[in-house]
Amino acid sequence: MAAERSAAVAVQNLEAAEAGKVDPMKQFTIEPILGSDWQLADGINIAFTNSALWMAITAVLVWVFVAGGMKRQLVPGRWQMAVESMTGFIDDLLEANVGAAGRKYVPYIFTLFMFILFGNLLGLVPVGLIPGVHAFTFTSHFTVTGVLAIMSFSIVLIVGFAKHGFHFFSLFWPSNTPAFLALPISLIELVSFMVRPFSLALRLFVAMMAGHVLLKVLASFVIAGGSGGIGTGVLVGVPSFVLMVAISALEILVAGIQAYVFALLTSLYINDAENLH
Amino acid sequence: MPQIEQIAATLSSQVFWLLVFFGLTFVFVGLGMVPKIMGTVDLRDKQIAGDLAAAQTARDEATSEEEAWRKRENANRAAAQGVIGAAKAKAAAASSVKLAEAQTRLDGRLAEAETAIDAARTSAMAEIEAVAADAARDIVARVAGADVELAAAQAAVKEAMAHG
Repeated sequence: MAAERSAAVAVQNLEAAEAGKVDPMKQFTIEPILGSDWQLADGINIAFTNSALWMAITAVLVWVFVAGGMKRQLVPGRWQMAVESMTGFIDDLLEANVGAAGRKYVPYIFTLFMFILFGNLLGLVPVGLIPGVHAFTFTSHFTVTGVLAIMSFSIVLIVGFAKHGFHFFSLFWPSNTPAFLALPISLIELVSFMVRPFSLALRLFVAMMAGHVLLKVLASFVIAGGSGGIGTGVLVGVPSFVLMVAISALEILVAGIQAYVFALLTSLYINDAENLH
Repeated sequence: MPQIEQIAATLSSQVFWLLVFFGLTFVFVGLGMVPKIMGTVDLRDKQIAGDLAAAQTARDEATSEEEAWRKRENANRAAAQGVIGAAKAKAAAASSVKLAEAQTRLDGRLAEAETAIDAARTSAMAEIEAVAADAARDIVARVAGADVELAAAQAAVKEAMAHG
């Protein structure tokens, strides 16, 4: 079934290529690289895909980056300083939002932040200049962002119930709420609480996908404008290209901001579980 | 949109490999390296705080040391001033004694000289009187041919000299 689908996708891609058009969604296609018939259990396919490859590259680069800061010198070099500023950044974030109890979440939030940040940034690296190599942004898939959001949400639930037991439900009843408003407010609070993993996952997924689609659409304008002749090339192609450069810079910013927002919101949610009002 | 079109075929693979690589990153980087890096930072902060405290202590020590030195120095200076004052007083006393001695000696000599001058003057006056008396007797004898008693001549001379 999976093979059929990927075959169908391949046919689509072929058709798109034949039509000479740039399909802005093709960049999100997942293609198996190895073991397209690997099964964890019956029907659970775990093919090593291009998505998994970029996750692996991300993991390795995060490891290389942090390992470079492991010299543990008293007077740090540049690399050590960079790594220490990242851990210090996450440490400060948790200190500010959770307090002293937030320190134990630094390993998780740091991993989350670096994994998302590197994943976002790697999707922007123009490796497509090398023939046959395609960048893939795994954070533009809600299956991935969803798993990350569920992990963060699970930590909030586990910590909340382990620490406060059923008293954790008082989260849905803000203090000083009049009794007659208790029911509607607790319903609203419950809904907003349950929406958290979805908003967390969708925000990152939508931001990454939108940026990449926009870049591809502009790229198709550049190509179409250029092949349409001098007039359209100057009128459409050049402005589109200039806009692409600007939006690429914006996307680098967005890559950092979205990773930060994900880490920040996770730490805010953890704060709810750690310091119940 | 491949995210939705491929979800059924790729969900298990996506979740599996994400858990594998995120888990590896979490275990080796998050749990393995991050605490060590933060430990290094903490160690450095502690070292800096310790060094600053040591510097502050050293500074305080130097200040009190300087204070003590200043006190000692002031005492020394006062002692030196005392010694100088004593020496000055001693020297002044000695010189005044010497001056007094010299003064006494000079006064003595002055008095001697004056006595000698007086004696000389007295003897000279006596001689002048004697000569004047003789001369007066001679003048009287020659002019008046009278012989004047020596004593009368002397008395006349004394009177004339007393009245100038």
